[in-house]
Amino acid sequence: MCRRAFMPLILLVSLGLPTGALAVAPALGPSPPATQAQVAALEQAVRDAQSAGDNAWVLVSATLVLLMTAPGLTLFYGGLVRRKNILGTMMQSFAMMGLITVLWALVGYSLAFGAGNGFIGGFEHAFLRGVGLSPNPNYGGTIPEQTFMVYQLMFAIITPALITGAFAERVKFSSMAVFLSLWSLLVYCPMAHMIWGVGGVLNVAGGRWPVLDFAGGTVVHITSGVAALVCALYLGKRAGYPHENMPPHSMVLSFIGAALLWFGWFGFNAGSALNAGPLATSAFINTQFAAAAGAIGWVISEWLQNGKPTALGAISGAVAGLATVTQASGFVQPMSALGIGLVAGIVCSFMVFKIKRYFGYDDSLDAFGVHGVGGTIGALLTGLLASGAINAAFGKDATGKPIATGAIGGNWHQVVNQAVGIGTGWSLAILGTLLLLFAVDKTIGLRVSAADEAEGLDLSQHGEEGYDFNG
Amino acid sequence: MLKVEAIIQPAKLDAVKEALIEAGIDGMTILEARGHGRQKGHSEFYRGREYTIDLLPKVKIEMVVNDDMKEKVVEAILRTARTGHIGDGKIFISRVDDAIRIRNDERGETAI
Repeated sequence: MCRRAFMPLILLVSLGLPTGALAVAPALGPSPPATQAQVAALEQAVRDAQSAGDNAWVLVSATLVLLMTAPGLTLFYGGLVRRKNILGTMMQSFAMMGLITVLWALVGYSLAFGAGNGFIGGFEHAFLRGVGLSPNPNYGGTIPEQTFMVYQLMFAIITPALITGAFAERVKFSSMAVFLSLWSLLVYCPMAHMIWGVGGVLNVAGGRWPVLDFAGGTVVHITSGVAALVCALYLGKRAGYPHENMPPHSMVLSFIGAALLWFGWFGFNAGSALNAGPLATSAFINTQFAAAAGAIGWVISEWLQNGKPTALGAISGAVAGLATVTQASGFVQPMSALGIGLVAGIVCSFMVFKIKRYFGYDDSLDAFGVHGVGGTIGALLTGLLASGAINAAFGKDATGKPIATGAIGGNWHQVVNQAVGIGTGWSLAILGTLLLLFAVDKTIGLRVSAADEAEGLDLSQHGEEGYDFNG
Repeated sequence: MLKVEAIIQPAKLDAVKEALIEAGIDGMTILEARGHGRQKGHSEFYRGREYTIDLLPKVKIEMVVNDDMKEKVVEAILRTARTGHIGDGKIFISRVDDAIRIRNDERGETAI
């Protein structure tokens, strides 16, 4: 026998014998109970390992999202206001960390994610009754439900915090605390329930108009951005706006804040996969790509218009890109994310330079211009660019191929669904915000007095000064 | 005794200080100031809107000197603070009624 045939023969014998033995094995009867118990234990160990990876990532993501509120948003907004209002501005976001956490634990989580009806959850999980450490198959089947609950809490915290940008430098601390706490229950919880809660009318799984919202473009950015616009219009302009020059007192702080927002947004988007698998990777990549493209888009737009690219423009562009891709982050291809970011940077910069100036409202820190507009664009673009290959959100067909999620896959109807989500977000935000503004203003008053506004929030609301250069 | 107040460009401070010390001036007070003369400000952009900043950073040097030091001091400042462009600043000279050293109650020219 020639040498060449020797190796294949060895392989054949060494593979063939055991295979043959296995083929013979079933004839010996069912495996003994000991083996069954071992297999069951192994299966449980595999599940535990998967759960450990997923839980670790979602817990880390929760901390990243909290980082976005403080110090991310506190520094970003804080640097943009005048020095006399730095503490007041930071306190508004920080207050949300305290108040919303308590409200969420008592009743907020239940209203958002309890079964309830199509529009709002019920009180079955008030005081987190029934929310334990075993997974809830509707909310991330491999992580403890309490992980899901605490992760969602961080979203509930940052959403009202975003609104503070619209009424910067002119609202009483007490009134703001009451207004935003009520807002989170009246506007955020229903919106979260409709899109993400079991049985929600806009839920991707079984909703009447399934809306694709991966990480909160509609739930967080549209609701807060539109609420911000309503607040800016209702409260009126800051004293001296727009004639008086009110530049940021510290672009350095704002820069650091924006960088922390970018960093934390990976938890916001990639964590929304609720697992540590490939979907988290997709969302992670889309987040980075959109942030970068957004910064570039805004910078180019500003450079062409005003002759110089500002630091404020660069960081605003990144934030615009991030806000816009939020809804699409777990549904689109990476190249789509680049496009989404670029569009966001250009459109949002236009909003802020031209449209805001034209209408003359004082959205002090551009909460509407960036989050409201970005979120709306993002929601629409999701309908256009969602790809079943990235996320088979509507399941697979008989041949195992993902059902088209967005227009590029042939599902043009999704754009209509997205529009329903956008319309619902806008309406709920406008109505809920107006109602609460009215109620709080007529009872305890929202705006600070002219004297307090001139003195600054730090002294008038908190009896403190942010900086002591003489100390 | 004369008080010499000089408002100069911040970038010139080191050079002026050295020249004054070489000229024999022992004491001076430096203040950070903002202001403008006929110098126009510069423009800055905030959110796409252009603003004119007309309060420009300056440095003010104050010193009290003997009458016979006046020309020396003025020459030292002019030589080191001048760039030839608008924004170089100004020097003001005024009379001082008295000077007192806090440490030991010396009065008059010995206190300077």
